[in-house]
Amino acid sequence: MAEAMTIERRHPLAGHVFAGTGVALTPAHAAFRTSLRCPSASVPGLSDALGVALPRTPKTSVTEKGRSALWLGPDEWLLIDEKTDPMADLGGIDALHAAVDISHRNTAILVSGPGAADVINAGCPQDLSMEAFGTGACSRTIFGKAEIVLWRVKPSVFRIEVWRSFSDYVFGYLAEAARDGG
Amino acid sequence: MTASTATQPNRVDGAGRLTPANPVRFSFDGDTYHGLAGDTLASALLANDIHLVGRSFKYHRPRGILTAGPEEPNALVGIARGAARRQPNVRATVQEIHDGLDATSQNRWPSLTADVGEVNDWMSPVFAAGFYYKTFMWPKKAWDTVYEPIIRRAAGLGVAPDQPDPDRYAARYAHCDVLVCGGGAAGLSAALAAAESGASVIVCDERAAPGGALAFETDARIDGQDGHRWATETAAKLAAMDNVRVLPRTTAFGYYAQNFVALAERLTDHLDEPAPSMARERLWQVRAKRVVIATGAIERHMVFANNDRPGIMLASAARHYLNHYGVLIGRTVGVYTANDSAYAAAFDLKRAGADIAVIADIRDTVDPALLEEAGRLGIRVLTHHAVVAAGGKLRVSSIVVRPCRGGSRQVIPVDALIMSAGWTPSVHLFSQSRGKLRFDEDGRRFLPGEYAQDCASAGACNGAANLAATVEEGLAAGEAAAKAARPKATAKPLSIKAESGGSWDGLMLGAGPNPEAGKVVKAFVDFQNDVTEKDIRLAVREGFHSIEHVKRFTTNGMATDQGKLSNMHGLAIAAEALDRPIPEVGLTTFRAPYTPVTFGTIVGHGRGALFDPTRRTPMHESHERAGAVFEDVGQWKRPWYYPRAGEDMAAAVNRECVTVRKSVGMFDASTLGKIEVVGPDAAAFLHLIYTNPFMKLGVGRLRYGIMCREDGFIYDDGVVGRIAEDRFHVTTTTGGAPRVLNHMEDYLQTEFPEMKVWLTSTSEQWAVIALQGPKAAEVLAPFVGGLDLSKEALPFMSVAEGTFAGVPMRLFRMSFAGEDGFEINVPGDYGRAAWDALHDKVAEAGGCAYGTETMHVLRAEKGYIIVGQDTDGTVTPHDAGLSWAVGKAKDDFVGIRGLKRPDLAGGGRRQLVGLRSKDGSTVLDEGAQIVADPNQPPPMDMIGWVSSSYWSDNCGGPIAMALVEGGFDRMGETLYVPMPDGVVEVEVRDTNFWNPDAESDNG
Amino acid sequence: MLLIHCPYCEEARPEIEFRHAGEAHIARPADIASLTDEEFSRFFFYRDNPKGITFERWRHLHGCARFFNAARDTVTDKFLVTYPAGEAKPDLVEAANENAKGAT
Repeated sequence: MAEAMTIERRHPLAGHVFAGTGVALTPAHAAFRTSLRCPSASVPGLSDALGVALPRTPKTSVTEKGRSALWLGPDEWLLIDEKTDPMADLGGIDALHAAVDISHRNTAILVSGPGAADVINAGCPQDLSMEAFGTGACSRTIFGKAEIVLWRVKPSVFRIEVWRSFSDYVFGYLAEAARDGG
Repeated sequence: MTASTATQPNRVDGAGRLTPANPVRFSFDGDTYHGLAGDTLASALLANDIHLVGRSFKYHRPRGILTAGPEEPNALVGIARGAARRQPNVRATVQEIHDGLDATSQNRWPSLTADVGEVNDWMSPVFAAGFYYKTFMWPKKAWDTVYEPIIRRAAGLGVAPDQPDPDRYAARYAHCDVLVCGGGAAGLSAALAAAESGASVIVCDERAAPGGALAFETDARIDGQDGHRWATETAAKLAAMDNVRVLPRTTAFGYYAQNFVALAERLTDHLDEPAPSMARERLWQVRAKRVVIATGAIERHMVFANNDRPGIMLASAARHYLNHYGVLIGRTVGVYTANDSAYAAAFDLKRAGADIAVIADIRDTVDPALLEEAGRLGIRVLTHHAVVAAGGKLRVSSIVVRPCRGGSRQVIPVDALIMSAGWTPSVHLFSQSRGKLRFDEDGRRFLPGEYAQDCASAGACNGAANLAATVEEGLAAGEAAAKAARPKATAKPLSIKAESGGSWDGLMLGAGPNPEAGKVVKAFVDFQNDVTEKDIRLAVREGFHSIEHVKRFTTNGMATDQGKLSNMHGLAIAAEALDRPIPEVGLTTFRAPYTPVTFGTIVGHGRGALFDPTRRTPMHESHERAGAVFEDVGQWKRPWYYPRAGEDMAAAVNRECVTVRKSVGMFDASTLGKIEVVGPDAAAFLHLIYTNPFMKLGVGRLRYGIMCREDGFIYDDGVVGRIAEDRFHVTTTTGGAPRVLNHMEDYLQTEFPEMKVWLTSTSEQWAVIALQGPKAAEVLAPFVGGLDLSKEALPFMSVAEGTFAGVPMRLFRMSFAGEDGFEINVPGDYGRAAWDALHDKVAEAGGCAYGTETMHVLRAEKGYIIVGQDTDGTVTPHDAGLSWAVGKAKDDFVGIRGLKRPDLAGGGRRQLVGLRSKDGSTVLDEGAQIVADPNQPPPMDMIGWVSSSYWSDNCGGPIAMALVEGGFDRMGETLYVPMPDGVVEVEVRDTNFWNPDAESDNG
Repeated sequence: MLLIHCPYCEEARPEIEFRHAGEAHIARPADIASLTDEEFSRFFFYRDNPKGITFERWRHLHGCARFFNAARDTVTDKFLVTYPAGEAKPDLVEAANENAKGAT
């Protein structure tokens, strides 16, 4: 009986859109997300299993075939994949690690346009120049009073990963900042 | 005369840079006037021959416009834009006019020209410095009832707005290689040099137009062109460069550690009708690799009797009004100076048509070239003469001139007086950067000495001798800053030729020569705070020998002035009175902000809904739709109770409580903190973190755990489920989630780093529905896939993974209400739909949703504690009656040693017990104190306090928990709880009020 | 707002990403349960409060989330050096030289 039932999935930012001068805000599609933790010795084995080379350089990310690994700390990566669940690829791996599904903990906002960096700098204290935070750069940081993971996916497109209950605040703050002209 | 100047008697045809074809209408104190686009309120008022613009702070003296810039201490007005937009204390010299500008003078009643408060001026002998401290001492009671209310009413300047600020404010963090503070000759040169070398540059200036002193120094030539034109073109050139951001109307107001500089940018105050989308002001928080301080210098006034009369202003200001705004500030102008630059002002005014009645120069010898030019223009110069007093009240009408060493007085009629005591380098930002100032004996001024940060000063603020030096210093500082910020970039050395005919030589510090000393006169040092020369002498006489004490006793240089005009004079007078050299007396601290900053700018985007995140669970909309009343729990909005038609809170909570125990209730528990603990050492780690044993907890089992700090006091609690050998699902209190994770990470990273285990917050991965009551299993069953809900397969305190309506689920069989119950965890995006689906079935079964209040009552009926409510940071597991949760056989856990401290292990501890009101009806106040003898005289011996207290329909009366000294040994005793309406008699009992033999008690 | 060099992120980051975490180099005794009252109170309650150089713990809470140690001068509020948790107290003369090199 239960198998026949289906219930609706609702995006935390359903219905949120913003388009302003120089910047647009778009809720990102649902995605599989895994918090991956492991010692240095496990990195090669896990990279093989995941099909993406876990980056070892701070503030960098690697994307291969739609799967991205973001360096968050010396033993911590955020895996994002819209199509297939990284947890599935980690099932039988012997290499010491801890993987936790956080697909629903986070949601994401895409901030795009020539004014994207300025709008994010309305609440984020990091240097977002291309020199300091180029394409592919990623970092856990602060936006206003919320913690985010900031990831520059293209020169003028940032992805902001945020816990779901903070997403409304972050979206609202970005929209307010975007009204300032980007 | 054109139409627009017809109504502006002091506007001079052909003078200044404004366009006569661009008139602007504004009002001042209700009367309409015309100015020109580009005017400040001050220049527009002066164009209309209005000098009197306000009353002073303490004595209510009539005051005029002293300066032409942000250092203005007198011309503070209220600016309104509609009813809600009213800002007091706006400097008329900074505010640009726009059509419809509505300005009002301050600190006067009933009118500017006839002000009742002026009585303070006549009574000033009693209002000398320190008056407040001495006068309102006695009787003590009068302070609250008489003195303070009167002082508060009389104090303050301007009227604060009484409506919410409708404007928006913006904020921005910015990074650059070189930040240049100041857009005058030095700043622009520095910015250009840095930018041409490839550095990223931000250059800000507080004025609307760049150029600084070039606005009035019409004899300046830079790169072969007029100085002001060079500044305008250079700023435009910079603005067009990709690596430069030029910020006009932007004040660098605070210089903090590691080149973190705060700028306030004013965006709309100068506009007729700003678009609603525009922010009024923007706060820039700039982190610069190098900072160039190019803040210029501020001219000083002369200190003499009645030097505050309207019509008396700084010489550079008069020149600024003429050469930039085309406004002649008077027809018959006196000059009182100790500095060459006032001559240039006098000559400019003379050429524009004013009579220069006299130049009184306190110096014996003056540059012959200046005297020659004065002679050629027919201006009388009296060297070694002083202005000893000014006549007139609402406007200066005459000056009294005497030789410096005494002699015959001449009374000379004037309608304006311009003055210069020399120039004070603006070292505010340098000083805020913690740089050490040095005293320049020759120039009698403080200059940047030892630097504390990566910055450099250039131009007048650095004591540059003339325009050529200013530009050279700017270029050098800009180039050096760019090179330091980008060692690999190739510098592009620039050379700019600059010259100026004017000289700024000569100075005077302190009070002018005053052969009439001794009379009751007021010679102001600090106009804004109404501090006179005598006040400073009085302070020294009364024993205040530190300049910091003198400042506080007299208020000299306090508030928004921050010593811009008053500092050096005040210091010189104090030094003279103390008979010590100036550098020994020292300067007071320059504090941020350099000029006032609105609260809106400081707050930025963070107001209203953006003040703090409001966190909502995935099911929030369903709760709203069900009419829930919400409770704020930290940042969370949680349903408090769900009133139905006609129900008040008590009725709703009673119904919800009874419903759960009779049939079934559902509760949104999504806000609970959750941590996934994963790794081979997961059990060993939890064994150390919790007081309970965890090594032997079976897979699929739950355990209620208590966490202590090292001191042995309860830190948090929660249920821990073992999902797999190496995987645990830990729950924490809602409020404790972040600090518990931090606490666990701290131990893991720094005390037990060898453990192979990792922690991940899953608080928001899971939406959680608590389903409680005898019908819980029956309601849940149809939704569940892959699991047997029988008590044999899924016993109490166990966890299993299955599906709920086809989506992954972690199902906990547990209860915080003492019923059969479940906590259903589904991925967050499914929370809303799961809640709605389940709610239909709950309703069919006669159940209901319940909120946090019912959750509290139900758990209190079972005597379950809430950490933070029934504990206060000084409660041990033993005190809380939870000794069973402390592993007796454990040889280590966090808190093991703390619990053995003699004061924790000994007797007399406050222990958690139940209380029942003997009258069967009174609900005790939470927080109420408990006494053993209600008849003892105060102060009574308080032996405990009520931590939780509710009405319980299920138990048929009030129930309460309390921490009571030796409580476990007082079972059955009668104690007393004094409350506002009388003393309540209570009986001590255990905390388990409901169904003591339930299975759920055997945790 | 200070800039703090995170030894794990290998760059200086804004202070609001960090949280202070008390005095450094106070290890929890392995045999904590058997400490005397005096020993426990020394370990748990007593802290230095020097004017000058202090060794303290920080956590890059809103960054890599690692705890690390720092030597900071409480008079100038300047960090002399930061280093990973678990490392011994650094030689501050050498650290100051390293710092000076890094700054140019």
